[in-house]
Amino acid sequence: MATIANSGIEKPLNEALVTGAKTFADVNNDVSRPLESFPTKIWWICFITAMVVFSIGAGAVLDAFEKGLGVLGLNQPIGWGSYIITFVFWVGIGHAGTLISAILFLFRQKWRTGINRSAEAMTIFAVMTALLFPVIHTGRPWLAIVWLFPYPNQRQLWVNFRSPLEWDVFAVSTYFTISLIFWYVGLIPDLASIRDRAKNKIRKVLLTVASLGWRGSNKNWNNYEAAYLIFAGLSTPLVLSVHSVVSFDFAVAQLPGWHTTIFPPYFVAGAIFSGFAMVVTLLVIAREVFGLKHYITMDHLEKMNKIIMATGMLVGYAYAIEFFIAWYSGSAFESFTFVNRAFGPYWWAYWTMAVCNVFIPQIFWIRKMRRSVPVMFVVSLFVNIGMWFERFVITVTSLHRDFLPSSWKMYIPQLHDWLTIFGSFGFFFIWFLLFVRFLPTIAMAEVKSVMDQPQKGDAHV
Amino acid sequence: MSNSKSTAPILAGVVGFFDDPSSLLDATKKVKNSAYKEFDCFTPFPVHGLEHAQGLKRSKVPYVTGTFAFTGTTLAFLWEYSASKVWWPHIIGGKPFNSLPAFVPIMFEFSVLLGGISTLFAMLYFNRLPNLKKRAFDPSITNNRFAILIENPVVDPHDDDEPKVHFSPEEAETFLKSVGAKDTRKVYEEGWF
Repeated sequence: MATIANSGIEKPLNEALVTGAKTFADVNNDVSRPLESFPTKIWWICFITAMVVFSIGAGAVLDAFEKGLGVLGLNQPIGWGSYIITFVFWVGIGHAGTLISAILFLFRQKWRTGINRSAEAMTIFAVMTALLFPVIHTGRPWLAIVWLFPYPNQRQLWVNFRSPLEWDVFAVSTYFTISLIFWYVGLIPDLASIRDRAKNKIRKVLLTVASLGWRGSNKNWNNYEAAYLIFAGLSTPLVLSVHSVVSFDFAVAQLPGWHTTIFPPYFVAGAIFSGFAMVVTLLVIAREVFGLKHYITMDHLEKMNKIIMATGMLVGYAYAIEFFIAWYSGSAFESFTFVNRAFGPYWWAYWTMAVCNVFIPQIFWIRKMRRSVPVMFVVSLFVNIGMWFERFVITVTSLHRDFLPSSWKMYIPQLHDWLTIFGSFGFFFIWFLLFVRFLPTIAMAEVKSVMDQPQKGDAHV
Repeated sequence: MSNSKSTAPILAGVVGFFDDPSSLLDATKKVKNSAYKEFDCFTPFPVHGLEHAQGLKRSKVPYVTGTFAFTGTTLAFLWEYSASKVWWPHIIGGKPFNSLPAFVPIMFEFSVLLGGISTLFAMLYFNRLPNLKKRAFDPSITNNRFAILIENPVVDPHDDDEPKVHFSPEEAETFLKSVGAKDTRKVYEEGWF
């Protein structure tokens, strides 16, 4: 632990990362306990609710397949609607996990150890949820889904490698693969930990296979640590690239409101912002239900709230600079689009976005608010709503006023749109609930390495 | 540990247990300087500095990653170039057939993809994982204890040039106790299943 012993200040720079005077054995006991008992009533209620929500969404999607995508709110000129909005929303949610596990690892932010496992899990499930939308949007996925993959047709015509939509296929699938590998590699020592506690024979065999027979040998740790650092190094530019590429889907089009160079950093900041909000939403609940308050401490939550506020202001800056550039460019179309965005028929969507993303997180300037669980929970929900609206505003307001007023139209999401979005939350929570049931939610091996340790020498670890 | 009494168990080595990382670190330095050359440490989490105390070389994983990442960059470029310029050239958006800037995102993603997958397999290969043959000798290793395993040297009976090492488990146990092990024990070779 970092202490400034020589400067006469006795207090450590940070509070202990793990509170409650826990020992190494306590970490294993506390984290593994929920996995070794039968699911509680509250878990079943949550799980069944998630299943019902997912079924409703799946029903709507199947009905849309049956009737055709005409049941959606799409029209001419608004050819992009709720599917891409929700796709970008979920991909964005999926950015916090890798930020925490990779970027904070490279910056040696030791507080990441308490939250990285669940944040990474959330990343993977969010990307899986996001990937549903490109599949659904094809309308007849069993015929069309293979077209997303880069292979030639029978006359050797390939996909268009100059298209951002094709880049997106590579970006998101690479992101999913690498996040999954990174997460699994992190899980190996912890799976070995719960294997060594397992009483049940079948459980032990399954965990032995899943942990690949890990023994904690230092010769293994040596390669493991090297690989872990590389994964962090690879994931850092990867996570920044993924939302940049998602933003290219818009920015490479020559449409006022989309065609701006600020999009990549603006999208990445927004993704981290929304991702952290979702992490806070989930962890506030998880630490309560699973009794992990000594591992996910108020200090952890406060740091996440600071990041939410910082990225929220970055996003706010992007909103402002977009307006400035629209005026400064002198382009009549650009100016019209932005004035229309804030004061046109979709003014309510714009101001929902601005209030939720820019103004509400400002409450975190006050320390007491940053450290209040109810406040941060409510703020994180507002941020999630605000970030969905951001994608709505970007997509819809840029399209609904075409160059010719004769082709101006409004976009109103229909029942199938709403139910699909609703169902996607069910899908996400099914996976997340299974995760907290079957896998250790705290990276035990990593937490142990940053604890105040029972040792005789000096305390540098 | 050994449950199978039907066949004579083969001695794998002698293990000494420690309660904290720093006494393990001190003991490891002493074992490194002793006559025992075949040994390994076992810890619940990576202990910093232990790889130096144990005299481990730097991991080779980064070289594999580098090689495959670079291969990924090259392959992605060749792929995009061939598809767009050689196999069926199409004019799209007035761009040249070889639109290098437009190829960069996929070149980058593909480098990361191959680099990442190869890192996983390199790590598994160098660590001899999945490990089926060597059972974890104590459940506390993945929990809260640290250990040094002095291995029984493998002697090839057909190789006469190799000097015969006389390994006495009792001596090794005494030695481990002398460097601070709280508890020592013989370990026999045993698979997982």
